[in-house]
Amino acid sequence: MKMYELVSTVKRDYIVDLARQGKRTDARALDQYREVSVETGLIENAQGSALVKIGNTQVLAGVKIQRGEPFPDTPSSGVLMVNAELRPIASPTFELGPPDENSIELARVVDRGIRESEAIDLDKLGITPDEEVWMVYIDLHALDYDGNLIDAASLAAVAALWNVKKPQVEGWTLDEFPVVKKPVAVTVAKIDGKLMVDPSLDEQNVMDARLTITTTEDDNICAMQKGGIGYLTVEEIKAAYELARIKAAELRKHLG
Amino acid sequence: MGKPEKLIVDGKRLDGRGPDELRPLKIEAGVLKRADGSAYVELGKNKVLAAVYGPRELHPRHLQQPDTAILRCRYNMAPFSVDERKRPGPDRRSVEISKVIREAFEPVVFTKLYPRSGIDVFIEVLQADAGTRTAGINAAAVALADAGVPMRDLVSSVAVGKVDDMIVLDLTKDEDNYGTTDMPIAMLPRKKVITLLQMDGHFTPEEFERAIELAMKGCEQIYEAQKQALKAKYSTKPEEE
Repeated sequence: MKMYELVSTVKRDYIVDLARQGKRTDARALDQYREVSVETGLIENAQGSALVKIGNTQVLAGVKIQRGEPFPDTPSSGVLMVNAELRPIASPTFELGPPDENSIELARVVDRGIRESEAIDLDKLGITPDEEVWMVYIDLHALDYDGNLIDAASLAAVAALWNVKKPQVEGWTLDEFPVVKKPVAVTVAKIDGKLMVDPSLDEQNVMDARLTITTTEDDNICAMQKGGIGYLTVEEIKAAYELARIKAAELRKHLG
Repeated sequence: MGKPEKLIVDGKRLDGRGPDELRPLKIEAGVLKRADGSAYVELGKNKVLAAVYGPRELHPRHLQQPDTAILRCRYNMAPFSVDERKRPGPDRRSVEISKVIREAFEPVVFTKLYPRSGIDVFIEVLQADAGTRTAGINAAAVALADAGVPMRDLVSSVAVGKVDDMIVLDLTKDEDNYGTTDMPIAMLPRKKVITLLQMDGHFTPEEFERAIELAMKGCEQIYEAQKQALKAKYSTKPEEE
């Protein structure tokens, strides 16, 4: 399975050339997202769900809450599990089979943003210490891949968590689901030394590197992940943080 | 072992280090017979081996690229390398780490010189004590050089983090488990650019900037040790001439 597709030299030169002038193929500004939409509660059988669209990219996230066993080192805390499926429905380059490094990376980057920001108060999700706790499964389903899956999946996951009403599961005693923060991931791509947010598929195919920065409401950083085969300078990383801080605040508005 | 009361006492860490000190570091080049290049790294209690095979004909053939070699990295932890036996084989963590390590090396290896070939980097963690991916990268860089693979630069790597509200270099396992933040970084030491950056935990923007600076200083020390390891193997000593 490939996240990057073969690009003709003509197209590559065109995108790189535009980037040099601070322009993009779809006439966006470098610091502009494609149109973002968040719809929640579409899946009645899930405790929470959200469909996020960023341009043509679509990711559906579903939250399921079930009883399970705690980890030995946190006997009375709930368990968070994030899984991502890049199914062949979403792209001609996605193939059937077990999760590959791209879906694993996607799931783990989304997971770290939620886990490290302590967006869910897992300590409240114990049932019987050492025996039973609530498991929170977030499953991310890519439906249409036109670049920047990380931001779409991350936004969908957090939107789905906030969509969990008082779970209709047997034995649930809390008044509400303990979700307390809204971490937001912003991916910045670098093309020929220029930084841009929300890379489209074409831009992702020619970019040197990307940096995803997940921030919380107080502008602090809770997770980062560099990807791609190029490098970043320290100045570029600092500039990427500034972009992430501003754009995360915008994206967070979609979470209500 | 439970959570220590404090991880930093009077400005010193539990193992006696200051905040900006590396653990004892040992690097040896060319430790395996059959591999084209290899290296062994000890960083504190970490013991990591790296081996490079290639450039060589790439199998399966459908992966071959007509204009370039492909670089493959496999990070693996031995089942006995951690407290609780680790189930052998790749898990989600090691698949992700293998990916980011490969991406850390892509900018330095002249892959275009070897069309249709593969360059395989195998990293085996024999004993783990936090910072295994950084120790693995440091070993792999020396192993690639030992294999004679043309490179633009070495790659040097270290983790920084936040422990008891202090920014510290090269976290131990307890500091990683009970501290606030872990941020592994890999750097090209001559060009001073970053090819691996991951972070989880909590940083204010100011802490983040200080952490990056500290990491880059740490990488420079590691770079010196990597060069020494290569010189120790390849420089001719006057008495042998």
